[in-house]
Amino acid sequence: MTTAPTTGRTPVTGAVGTAHIRVEGRDKVTGAARYAGDVPFADLAHGRLVLSTVARGRIRSVGASGVLGMPGVLAVLHHGNAPRVDTDYTGILGVPPDPTAAVFQHDRIPHAGWPVALVVAETPEQAREAAEALVVTYERQPHDIAFRADRPDAYPVDGHMPAATEKGDLEAGLAASAHVVDAEYTTPEEHHAMMEPHAATARWDGGRLEVVDSNQGTTWVADELARMFSLEPSAVRVRSEHVGGGFGSKGLRAHQVSAVMAATALRRPVRVVLTRRQMFSLTGYRSPTTQRIRLGADADGRLRALEHRSLNQTSTVWEFVEPGAGPARVMYDADAHRTVNEVVRLDVPSPTWMRAPGEAPGSFALEAALDELAEKCGVDPIELRLRNEPERGPVSGLPFAGRNLAACFREGARRFGWAGRDPRPGVRRDGRWLLGTGTAAASFPAGALPSTAAVTAEADGTFTVRIAAADIGTGARTALTLVAADALRVAPDRVRVRIGDSDFGPAGLAGGSMGTRSWAWAVTVAAEELRDRLLPGVAVPPEGVTVRSDTTAALGALAQKERHSFGAQFAEVAVDVTTGEVRVRRMLGIFAAGRIVNPLTARSQLVGGMTWGISMALHEEAVRDHASGGVHGADLAGYHIATHADVPAIEADWVDDPDPDDPVGIKGIGEVGIVGAAAAVANAVWHATGVRHRDLPIRPDRVLRAGGPRV
Amino acid sequence: MAPSTSSTVTLDINGEKHTLSVDHRTTLLDALRERLDLTGTKKGCDQGQCGACTVLVDGRRTVSCLQLAVAAEGREITTVEGVAEGGRLHPVQQAFLDLDGFQCGYCTPGQICSAVAVIEEHAAGWPSAVTDDVRPEAGPPPLTPEEIRERMSGNLCRCGAYAPIAEAVARAAAQARAGAGEAVA
Repeated sequence: MTTAPTTGRTPVTGAVGTAHIRVEGRDKVTGAARYAGDVPFADLAHGRLVLSTVARGRIRSVGASGVLGMPGVLAVLHHGNAPRVDTDYTGILGVPPDPTAAVFQHDRIPHAGWPVALVVAETPEQAREAAEALVVTYERQPHDIAFRADRPDAYPVDGHMPAATEKGDLEAGLAASAHVVDAEYTTPEEHHAMMEPHAATARWDGGRLEVVDSNQGTTWVADELARMFSLEPSAVRVRSEHVGGGFGSKGLRAHQVSAVMAATALRRPVRVVLTRRQMFSLTGYRSPTTQRIRLGADADGRLRALEHRSLNQTSTVWEFVEPGAGPARVMYDADAHRTVNEVVRLDVPSPTWMRAPGEAPGSFALEAALDELAEKCGVDPIELRLRNEPERGPVSGLPFAGRNLAACFREGARRFGWAGRDPRPGVRRDGRWLLGTGTAAASFPAGALPSTAAVTAEADGTFTVRIAAADIGTGARTALTLVAADALRVAPDRVRVRIGDSDFGPAGLAGGSMGTRSWAWAVTVAAEELRDRLLPGVAVPPEGVTVRSDTTAALGALAQKERHSFGAQFAEVAVDVTTGEVRVRRMLGIFAAGRIVNPLTARSQLVGGMTWGISMALHEEAVRDHASGGVHGADLAGYHIATHADVPAIEADWVDDPDPDDPVGIKGIGEVGIVGAAAAVANAVWHATGVRHRDLPIRPDRVLRAGGPRV
Repeated sequence: MAPSTSSTVTLDINGEKHTLSVDHRTTLLDALRERLDLTGTKKGCDQGQCGACTVLVDGRRTVSCLQLAVAAEGREITTVEGVAEGGRLHPVQQAFLDLDGFQCGYCTPGQICSAVAVIEEHAAGWPSAVTDDVRPEAGPPPLTPEEIRERMSGNLCRCGAYAPIAEAVARAAAQARAGAGEAVA
């Protein structure tokens, strides 16, 4: 049934909060959805990047003449002939660009796998052959990639939060404590490994630069390209309709910049697709961390002192802090409280944001330390956390905009069957398997970025939403359809949401769990105003009626609060006493993450995050070779991510937790699912074996070497 | 005369014959994507490790990045574009859609092609690494979640949609068995 939009005040409520299959789902299961590398272009040329084989030094020569005569080769771009670009700016995320993306600007090599040339040819095969034939000679210099806790050259860095916070007398607090935990934890280098490699096609179209890309924000990438190439913002259009995963890695990278350079030089469309191997040095990664935690508590487990120090590596060309000490500023209070994030610069590729930056590794250490404290105090791990629930932000002193962590633990404990758990480790067996259960808390900030949206009432009774949002698998396109439908008070099938085009006006990116909240806010404002403007009984003109919104002012006026999603993670593991293999048997996460827009896709996203937690706890580890400075096994056979057989039935659910300050009540669910998940698994491994594994991943060899009950 | 580096081949894809000249180095995956505009089949790693490029070759799942186009002549190739029957989704596709067996969707064509073959392999009595009784006379083992996960493990999904994918495969397999039962009756 279709009704005219002018009678659209008939309340059709309840789209938000009910399960809807993805609006682009049919296109995705039939292969019709076109990702960046799938969009056809006439006269397309193919670029292939060539990366450095040394970890530090200078380029002596690029043997371009040796490949220019090869069949189909059109050009070789390198530092000797590429156009100069501007990198002296601060982008819309408040940071300068990673120089890894600003390709071919000088002859210095700061790490293995640094881009040194782009070979462009008529076909992908010709480009590949010429790229592999291109001889580049180097002046090699000694490199240093040794990441370890005692680096004397480590220094504190403010990232998107201050480097250090401190209150009270830590040493006195620890000295006065009945129980103290003092432990070091490490997490390895981890890679995003989204299934779709970075791909971009650049072309000039009537004086405008057009880039068809796979990214997490067309506004973001268009802005960076305009600044880097000194173009008017209106002269750059970036589209990114379907994105095969991002997880923090899909911003401005070498593929877009080199494609623009080549399209400019050749005056024809050029596509650059990264190979899986190239992604390991060009697209960011999660830095390894070493973390030290000291907790002091009184006899019944109340914290008197808390210290969390986290160190990560960054490259020599870009400073990125993985703020592992951040979660402690939100989760637990103590009279003496100190947190510090430090970095050390090494001859390694630049790390970047990766799903729950800071929270993912930080929560592993913090929540594992809490479990150790529970053991020392003889207090149930859930009870220990409930006894340490802060009234206000431990560092900020600000009130919480909802902190329903206790409700998550209560509901989770009931559903997981936590009551009556025997706290003793190493006493449950099932054949050759030792069994254990573990829990951990989760939190992730709930933020929003300024966004604009346009909502149009069409003459045929439908509505079109235009917003430069990105659906990287989150279900944002569908969520925004539901949000718009409710704001317009029409059924979702009358709403068409168009995203992924920088021409739709500025909007926030899909990152920091902020995407859907940021965009839903803008869509709601525009849709509600449009609804008010449409008069009952008055026909919509042929060109439609459009209302635009901008949330900048509204976000600026938001009250300062500790605004976070929370969650309680539960895991049951089995540890094979003969092989040391750890298998997760079941997992449950209960979250307080704002209003859930689409339960079907929200569950998928939370379960996906928890799956990352399993993967982080047991599988993922990029190992750098000290001789070459590169990751060895830089592919999906060498870098293990969880696959079907590793992932049991995982349940995710939520408690009611609408954010009262958000028009839709949204907080954000993209990242909280991974937070605490690895700690829950590690704590369960301790419960199974009696051995604390403080270094991830918990590999079979580590389990066997650590010993334990008949292991 | 320099040796030729290309050949004319006729590929049978989704029931349609395509004759084209291909570079000998061109993989079946690149021929589909770059030459025939069949971009539903995805390139995730280009080295046989992720399963995103899975297609059916003579009914068997194959990673098309490890198959040269010139070697695919005379074989019946089915891609994700050819799985549906007319405008009606294949039961596997429908189950993926209804149960949200994907997020970003990039591994989905490979997962779907793999699932279609898994259901047929299982019905034909093929064992897997987790099958207890592998004697031919034992017949197909129960298609438990463990069996499905094992058989699907060559298809990576970084979004972590494994749980609903396993459910979707189970649902489609149950429908296929019910359909086969009807046909017998």
